[in-house]
Amino acid sequence: MYLKLIYKNIFRHKLRSLLTIAGLVVAILSFGLLQTVVHAWYAGADMASANRLITRNATSLVFSLPAYYRERIRALDGVNAVAISNWFGGIYKDQSFKNFFASFGVDHDIFFDLYPEFKVNPDELLAFKKDRRGAMVGRLIADQHGFKVGDVIPMTSPIYGGGTWEFNVRGIYEPKDETTVTRQLYFHWDYINEQMKKRFPRRAEFAGVFVVQIADGSRAAEISQAIDKEFRNSLAETLTETEKAFSLGFVAQTEAIVTAVRIVSFVVIIIIFAVVANTMAMTARERLAENATLKALGFGPGFVAGLIIGESIMIVAIGGVLGILLTFPVAAGFKSAMGSMFPVFYVTPQTVMMQVACAAVVGLLAGLLPSVRAARVKIVDGLRYVG
Amino acid sequence: MADRPLVSITHLSKSYRRGEQIVEVLRDITLAIPEGDFIALMGPSGSGKSTLLNLIAGIDKPDAGELLVGGEDITRLSESDLADWRASNVGFVFQFYNLMPVLDAFENVELPLLLTSLGKRERRERVETALALVGLSDRMDHYPNELSGGQQQRVAIARAFISDPTLIVADEPTGDLDRKSAEEVLGLLRRLNTEMGKTIIMVSHDGHAVQSARHITHLEKGELMEAQNLGQTPNQETA
Repeated sequence: MYLKLIYKNIFRHKLRSLLTIAGLVVAILSFGLLQTVVHAWYAGADMASANRLITRNATSLVFSLPAYYRERIRALDGVNAVAISNWFGGIYKDQSFKNFFASFGVDHDIFFDLYPEFKVNPDELLAFKKDRRGAMVGRLIADQHGFKVGDVIPMTSPIYGGGTWEFNVRGIYEPKDETTVTRQLYFHWDYINEQMKKRFPRRAEFAGVFVVQIADGSRAAEISQAIDKEFRNSLAETLTETEKAFSLGFVAQTEAIVTAVRIVSFVVIIIIFAVVANTMAMTARERLAENATLKALGFGPGFVAGLIIGESIMIVAIGGVLGILLTFPVAAGFKSAMGSMFPVFYVTPQTVMMQVACAAVVGLLAGLLPSVRAARVKIVDGLRYVG
Repeated sequence: MADRPLVSITHLSKSYRRGEQIVEVLRDITLAIPEGDFIALMGPSGSGKSTLLNLIAGIDKPDAGELLVGGEDITRLSESDLADWRASNVGFVFQFYNLMPVLDAFENVELPLLLTSLGKRERRERVETALALVGLSDRMDHYPNELSGGQQQRVAIARAFISDPTLIVADEPTGDLDRKSAEEVLGLLRRLNTEMGKTIIMVSHDGHAVQSARHITHLEKGELMEAQNLGQTPNQETA
């Protein structure tokens, strides 16, 4: 009877309840979507390995480091392997957002050994290593642009100039799981270096950053210090940090946007809380006489309060579940509409848990005050009320 | 049974605060209502008759005085104990029926039984019997908005006696009804009094309605005036 009363009460004012539920669906869905955007923003940092360090020029990332640092870093205690990675800034077709993807010149021999999260076909990797103009393309951009093995990708680079650079697709690497970003094209650093030697010899033999693989992640701080100490007082001092810290440095540049998105997601919840609280306050006021009657018949204040708070929770549960269920297809549509802007874009279990928690808090708090009032109302006052 | 007072009121007073003003609604009321009686409280608007009824029914508390119902001083009960006491001792009939609009007639009558330990089958049997008694067996699954005023009040009466209380309080039970429906409702109250021995306290303006009672007690400006005996003995059919 209790649940029946709650259920029947919800649909006494069908339009009001349906509008409140619709608002809840939109709010919970928006919250989930915005939280997914925030998560996607940090995706690069999330896939960072604890066993990888990034060494860059201490002055700025804009400045490069001598390539011979590689050997000196490799010689340090605790370092397993070192690979150069140069941001190429390649432009494919045009500078439109839809055609953008990251391109790096890397130490082709060992680079993929450092990134086990990229699943590569051994034959394709061998072909890549053998071809000076060879390139490995991530699954995401391969699908987006229809690249396949054997294709030639022409690109220009405002950093390296030299007209059109052509890369032969020798392999397509796959993500280990949904957290792996595959929006990059990797080619031989040697290819750039040779061209630099020919065209701008003073710019040859330089590396953008070094990717340093260490044996023990717990020694990251110690090894980072050792690397930086190695090059202290040199012409190009280094700054070494974990790959995660390095990635978060990029995210920090857009921190204000992420913070704004995060705030908006919670503002949406606050707004829907106000809407549901208002609905429940109206509901409780309209039922003063009914609740007073129940109390006169012998039902306690807890029963009456339970009816109001139960109704609030049930309304929020309906809206919340629908909102959560809709988050998945809408996020998929959002991902597809945004192209490669968010290479990793999926609704995480944490996001769903946050949606559930927000809905639960809204349901409880929105019904709390009206239910307390309903429980406390004097029977004679309630019976006098004409709704 | 007739001489033993079910309700015993001694020097009862009640006042309300209206803004800065304190309005004395009941002043030094002393009254005894025998078990099995059917008493009508009459008086002009604001005379305090509904307040007195509310106090006897345990839904309001007096400022001073003693109020015993069935030998128990209900003014000393806590809110929670008072709710339990009402559930087992008092049946309510309101002027505007006060049925739950989302429950059908059966469910409305069943409500007080949810506070008892009765099983589902026993509750069903009782509700069916009660609805048959008020002549609404064929309206069990009808919602209040599908019933006439008279039918709704009959459902309310069934709800009032379903848990077998000793006392039934009725506040203007015919105030919202036409003459025919009012007669049906009054007939039911008389039957509850004469056949089932329920003590009934009814507030009414209606000079005709109060003729169903055994005694009429007049209130004016919060004070008891004379009591009028209509000549029926508690167990005598008046209709």
